Amino acid sequence: MKPALALVLGLACIFPHAEVIHEEPSLYGKILVTREDGFLCMQFAVRSERRRQSCIDERAPKKMALQYTRMMMASLLLTPEPESVLITGLGGGTLPRALAELLPEARIDVVEIAPAVVSVADRFFDFRAAGNTRVFVRDARVFTRRALRDGKRYELILLDTFDGDYIPEHLMTLEYLQETRRLLTPNGVLVANTFATSRLYDHESETYYRAFGPFLNFTIRESANRIVLASIMPLPDNATLRRAARSWRQRLAPYGVPITSYPRRFDRAQDWNRDRRPLTDQYSPANVLQRMD
Amino acid sequence: MRTVVVNVLAFGGGFVIMSLELLGGRVLAPYFGGSIYVWGSIITVFMLALSAGYLLGGYLSLRRPNLRKLGLILIGAGVLVCPLVLIAEPAMSWIFDRVEDPRYGSLLASLVLFMPPTIILGMISPYAVRLLVKATEESGRVAGTLYFVSTFGSALGTLGTSFYFVLWFELNTIVAMLAGALALLACLAFAAGRTE
Repeated sequence: MKPALALVLGLACIFPHAEVIHEEPSLYGKILVTREDGFLCMQFAVRSERRRQSCIDERAPKKMALQYTRMMMASLLLTPEPESVLITGLGGGTLPRALAELLPEARIDVVEIAPAVVSVADRFFDFRAAGNTRVFVRDARVFTRRALRDGKRYELILLDTFDGDYIPEHLMTLEYLQETRRLLTPNGVLVANTFATSRLYDHESETYYRAFGPFLNFTIRESANRIVLASIMPLPDNATLRRAARSWRQRLAPYGVPITSYPRRFDRAQDWNRDRRPLTDQYSPANVLQRMD
Repeated sequence: MRTVVVNVLAFGGGFVIMSLELLGGRVLAPYFGGSIYVWGSIITVFMLALSAGYLLGGYLSLRRPNLRKLGLILIGAGVLVCPLVLIAEPAMSWIFDRVEDPRYGSLLASLVLFMPPTIILGMISPYAVRLLVKATEESGRVAGTLYFVSTFGSALGTLGTSFYFVLWFELNTIVAMLAGALALLACLAFAAGRTE
């Protein structure tokens, strides 16, 4: 049997209803566009397993189909009306599209390493850079250093560059987070989509702590993702967060984001082993640690 | 005894070459990212450096070859690895500020940081072949065995670095250990060369 045929049959067994409607070659692994039960998804093909990177519900395209994308919107509770936003990792463009609609005055910069992701987002997910939204095709670390040198600053930075299979290790180090912190305005907020499991948890938590001090840890039981919410200013108290959630409830309803249920899930506890080494440019075995229990 | 020593030196050289190459990606990533062109730059520079090293090592072996000279080659490689710890940051920062395109930035940084030690490391194999070949008819077997030993060293250098060293040690510690290993190998070459 030809390997390609075997792969297709293998995929069909794992996702019996998913129809692959497009395959885009990319420098960083093939990108698949699939349709399954009314959901259009962008996935990165890795070995015989695929992972949903970004999805839209074709019957309700405004609704955010994936849990972690909805969770990222919790960032608006810490910085209600940011004027400038940086997003690293484009996917199907769900986050920048929603933020551009919700914050029409905001300047939104998106950094994506793979040109193929940008063209798939344009062709299948109706995302294109327009108005105040710009897309930069480059490595997020290179972008950050250049942006610092050019004196750019952002009120909100959303880090969304990890998938379950591979972590770009230079984007999970203390030095990178410190550079990102310097890229924030004095009232700036950083929100990262990352992992809730494995031995990496302790190391990663310690790294965020060293860069930002106390942060909010946002997890939802049915999701393997965790969202880290950090801020230059002291973190807001629970009452402030609840008030912010109530003020956003109406506007976020069309996106399917249950924002008022989020603040009670924020955890301020330092629940990791503080003796673990932070990840640095010198010590960053994130991919090995992620595979260790 | 001489044969064993020369094979150990070739093994060590192969080990250090691939360990360094693998670390190259980590050294460059903070300034030039993790894109495919960073690896393209590193591999290009290593291949260029090795090809130049093979040529130089071959020529050097024409002039009264002995183990002590091979020891000096190893010392030279060990010394030229050290700038990776000492000047990598300022060198990359300088290049980053002057070269906008990260493709050429990473290529230039690879040239500056990895070209010198890798040229010297590339000299080990042809020089080692010359030290062990006594007759024309056995030259193919001697070269084959040395390629085997040195490439086996490269395989272990790759595996050890990517699976274990990066988990146990900091980048600079690994580079210092590689320099130390080259110095030890040089001592071995001097000790074995004394009796010649």
